[in-house]
Amino acid sequence: MNLAPRLLYRTGLIAAFAVVVLAFGCKHPPKALPPQPPAPAPAAARPTVTLQASPTSINKGDSSTLSWNSTDATELTIEPEVGAVTAQGSSKVSPSESSTYKITASGPGGSASATATVTVNAPPPPRPPAQPSLDELFLKEVRDAYFDYDKADLRPDARAALSKTADFLKNYPQLRVTIEGHCDERGSTEYNLGLGDRRATAVKQFIVSLGVSADRLSTVSFGKEKPFCMESNESCWSQNRRGHFVKSN
Amino acid sequence: MYPFFGISPIETIHKEMNRLRVSIKAFFWKVKVSGAFNRCRLIFLCAFFSLTAQAALAQSEGWFRAGTGLGDTNKPRVAVADFAPRADSAKSHSSLFTQVVRDDLQFSGILEVPSPSFYPPEAPSVPAELKPAMWIDPPTNANFLGFGNVSESAAEVTIEAWLYDVRDPASQAVVGKVYRGAPTDLQVRKFAHQFADEIISKLSGGLPGIASTQIAFVSSRNGSKEIWVMDYDGSNQRQLTSLKSISLTPRWSPDASRIAFTCFAPSSGLTSAQICMYSMDTGKLVSFPRFRGTNITPAWSPDGAQIIFSSSMQGNPELFVSDINGGRPKRLTNANGASMSPSWNPKTGQTVAFVSDRGGTPQLYLMNSDGTSATKLDLPDKGYVIDPAWAPNGQLLAFSWRRPNDNYDIYIMDAATRQLVELTRDQGRNERPSWAPDGRHLVFESTRGGTRQIWTMLADGSQPHQLTTGGHNESPNWSTR
Repeated sequence: MNLAPRLLYRTGLIAAFAVVVLAFGCKHPPKALPPQPPAPAPAAARPTVTLQASPTSINKGDSSTLSWNSTDATELTIEPEVGAVTAQGSSKVSPSESSTYKITASGPGGSASATATVTVNAPPPPRPPAQPSLDELFLKEVRDAYFDYDKADLRPDARAALSKTADFLKNYPQLRVTIEGHCDERGSTEYNLGLGDRRATAVKQFIVSLGVSADRLSTVSFGKEKPFCMESNESCWSQNRRGHFVKSN
Repeated sequence: MYPFFGISPIETIHKEMNRLRVSIKAFFWKVKVSGAFNRCRLIFLCAFFSLTAQAALAQSEGWFRAGTGLGDTNKPRVAVADFAPRADSAKSHSSLFTQVVRDDLQFSGILEVPSPSFYPPEAPSVPAELKPAMWIDPPTNANFLGFGNVSESAAEVTIEAWLYDVRDPASQAVVGKVYRGAPTDLQVRKFAHQFADEIISKLSGGLPGIASTQIAFVSSRNGSKEIWVMDYDGSNQRQLTSLKSISLTPRWSPDASRIAFTCFAPSSGLTSAQICMYSMDTGKLVSFPRFRGTNITPAWSPDGAQIIFSSSMQGNPELFVSDINGGRPKRLTNANGASMSPSWNPKTGQTVAFVSDRGGTPQLYLMNSDGTSATKLDLPDKGYVIDPAWAPNGQLLAFSWRRPNDNYDIYIMDAATRQLVELTRDQGRNERPSWAPDGRHLVFESTRGGTRQIWTMLADGSQPHQLTTGGHNESPNWSTR
């Protein structure tokens, strides 16, 4: 038996093993191939190959473009992820962690390989669970007071609402608020400005009686000039008869 | 007999031509007259139907329009001939002048302007051309004739205007004026208003004409509520303030040089209702101090030296009086509820009418101008009573009243006899009356046309006349001169 075919056979076995190992994701660098035996005549040229990643550094979720070029190769494979490729080209990759891509070019004249590394930057540390802002809390916790037609005294439901508002204001002593007095459209502009003033004052006095400092509270009457609801019916009017809280700092 | 009926038989071709021209003219005039009579018949019919309809309404609802002594069936008839343009360039201004004078006289309510379609075809342009008989005879039936001419150059318009008593041909001109000024529509309107006011003053024995007066009001047609001003007839509407917030309740000073109003102006970071003051002379706001709380509804003392307004600077909305620069505010009322909308009696200076809900609902109160003796003005029915406005004579008080199950309507009360007259009814929401300085007209806001607009009427409720159309317009105040 001739020695050369046996040697070639053995080499082929080792190369196949290496490919299998690579294909199954072995992290170890493949073992260096034993020196190539002299090629049988006529000697085929040894393949060459280059591989580049651009950019070489990405954020998680972004992609990088691998581009390669080769000579004298009949089979090219990029691992991991890409697989068999043509003699030259490019492909987008989007690794979830830093990866080294290896291209292996093989042909009648042997094989060659090249590597390119794409570094995936660590994602920013996860945000702490969202805290509602003070504005959001204000909208959620602060209750307006609603009034009966042509009245500036506080109904029981208004007192209950204002107690909640006062609790909130006591929990956030840095808050200053404006209490707006509003009226429905039925009275005159002038009379409603006076009525709205009395409503705002009634709300302020009640909040103060619950322990909120008076100098955190200012009042303004808009009468019927800034309605919340524009229709001419009781459900709308009842929305517009109110003492309304607005954050003023 | 009119002169063209007396033309002698034809002598020359020239005269023949003349005759033809005259007969054509006469023919047209006849057509015009008969057309006018048809219109006249129609108007009478309409008037008859509306009268019977009103009578039916009055009977069915127990409502009647009481007389205020304003209606006078013997009004003098004042014809205004077409003012003669001296050149083509003066044509548009001569017809504008003629029209504005006619409108002003008609609006005055104290005299009758015969329809121009009754007029003879020849209008005098100078006194020498006046042929009184043409105007005395039916159908014109004039007592007085206004006439004149308009000449115009690029730089100036000149208007010669006369009023003659056509029943007393020997008499001198009742009014004779020459107006010279810039050849603009605005200036020609001003001259027409001045001429009309002269006529009204002469024929009424000194009653001030109102044709040169103005009306301040609130309009939101450009977005935010701002203070606007217009001529009394609705022309020349212009925006005064640009505060881009909420401006309300304008009130002219007695000399018409300032307008006090309610504004929402930021003050030390906070916004609340304040008193603002606009100068008509400088076209700018005059500084006025900011007070705590809600400061609204300024009103002038008749001498123009003091302002009365509502303020919650001491807690409850009460009436305060200060000088016109806001100095030394002094509280006048002290009651439960809110007090606002003062009106200072312009004749006596002694009494202030205002609105208070101290008794539960807004009602009218009268007090002395020093704050003493506040008493409720009792009305024969419940409801909301707002917007008091003293007439220039200091005897009649106009206000808005929403009776139970009804809408806001304008009423006038004689303060001495407490006699009451309802001026509007079943015409939407009618509020905020303000008197013209002649004491015969009121301006008010009404929703009768669907949107809130400004209207005028005679003080007996007749001749309603819409002044604004664009956007929402409210809170009119008639200048005092």
